[in-house]
Amino acid sequence: MTMRDLPLLEIEGLTHFYGAQLGCRNVSFDIYSGEVLAIVGESGSGKSTLLNCLSAQLRPTGGTIHYRMRDGSRLDVYGAGEAEQRRLLRTDWGFVHQHPHRGLRMGVSAGANVGERLMVVGERHYGNIRAKALEWLGKVEIDGARIDDVPNTFSGGMQQRLQIARNLVTEPRLIFMDEPTGGLDVSVQARLLDLIRTLVADLGLSVIIVTHDLAVARLLSDRIMVMKGGEVIETGLTDQVLDDPHMPYTQLLVSSILQVGA
Amino acid sequence: MGGLPLLRISGMSKGFTMHLQGALRLPVVSHVAFEVAAGECVVLGGPSGAGKSSILKSVYGNYLSDCGEILIRHDGEMVDIARLAPRGMLEVRRRSVGYVSQFLSVIPRVTAIDLVTQEGVKWFQDREQAEARAAELLTRLNVPERLWNLPPATFSGGEQQRVNIALGFIGRHPLLLLDEPTASLDAKNAGVVRDLIAERKALGHGLLGIFHDPAMRDAVADRIVDVTSFAAVA
Repeated sequence: MTMRDLPLLEIEGLTHFYGAQLGCRNVSFDIYSGEVLAIVGESGSGKSTLLNCLSAQLRPTGGTIHYRMRDGSRLDVYGAGEAEQRRLLRTDWGFVHQHPHRGLRMGVSAGANVGERLMVVGERHYGNIRAKALEWLGKVEIDGARIDDVPNTFSGGMQQRLQIARNLVTEPRLIFMDEPTGGLDVSVQARLLDLIRTLVADLGLSVIIVTHDLAVARLLSDRIMVMKGGEVIETGLTDQVLDDPHMPYTQLLVSSILQVGA
Repeated sequence: MGGLPLLRISGMSKGFTMHLQGALRLPVVSHVAFEVAAGECVVLGGPSGAGKSSILKSVYGNYLSDCGEILIRHDGEMVDIARLAPRGMLEVRRRSVGYVSQFLSVIPRVTAIDLVTQEGVKWFQDREQAEARAAELLTRLNVPERLWNLPPATFSGGEQQRVNIALGFIGRHPLLLLDEPTASLDAKNAGVVRDLIAERKALGHGLLGIFHDPAMRDAVADRIVDVTSFAAVA
């Protein structure tokens, strides 16, 4: 059995309460290398709570998460120290926020935003860092001439692409995305989705993406999990769940989208 | 392994429960049972609404069947896709069962030749070979060469349909599902599809299709499975 046959991330019985208030309850699933999973649901469904728990940013009330490290060892994410969690998030994992200002440092240059992650993993040579930053700006279709400009001067779509470059420069294996195309114009969204789709396929990334937009889920994901009231109510292949939804709530979600999209 | 069929369906039923219409139950087909052997093209017959498309989509794992078995030959074994986890189904789709629909789902910014080549790369040793095969298919399907380096989003419906057929036929899936790929094609291009089907049969592949046009159906079918015999009783 090779490492590809072992799950990259194993989630068991994940539950989170905010005091008495339910965030998410009893979520279990595995993610394998190269898989793209979409978590869909309306606001308040628990999908963002779940994403924060999965990405080691919110300690769950119950349940476990195990991550397969590059050396094959299996890390108990919440059993590990905070330093180790932070290190994971800065190197082997990435997190693309809906609002670029949460994922970028708006006051420093585009090049520094990308280079910073490299320095965290030990790169010290200025020339290498700049060359790598330039290479990644190119990959996310940002003109290299903008390398010294601060993200504040970028359009929303460019900021989002810069955030992606910042995340991918350390060659992570697992990326979390929280509504990455939310708030963008439709044409800008299409370009960003196409870029994400291409990068994910080329790099063989595993992705967990939270979105309320079923079209985004259809375009990007292999598998889908539908959440309602903090629980996973339906799960399966993305095209199967969207074309042949079984639960009343999933049917409602799908039919609402079709009315808008068709 | 030579003796195993490419597809064996038995006792399969599929219906829909429309929860938004007061949990209205719509049975479509039941007790579906038939096989597709190597080197044969089986066509699903019956009037529209009889459930041909539901059967085809269930075989691709796009619809979830309610009961019964849908066995697809995968790596020399018969795998029941009705009970397969998503990851397993994706693997079966990658290597064992392909699907040619009527419409191209357009991906923005990818050119016609790249689209077909990218699919071919999964099957041919190198990109050059895949691209040569993609070019051959687009030529045979009369997609003008001046369009190859443009994204199909801007093409006419007929041109998109022919790119879609090239996309479906560049793969080497031993079982290929055809969901009316020739609907509204002109006679010349329909003839090309007929040839492509014959070539796949010669490779020992199996095809399961829906064709509305009776002439096309009779030209490609080794056997017609009448779907009305699986009519579900409400």
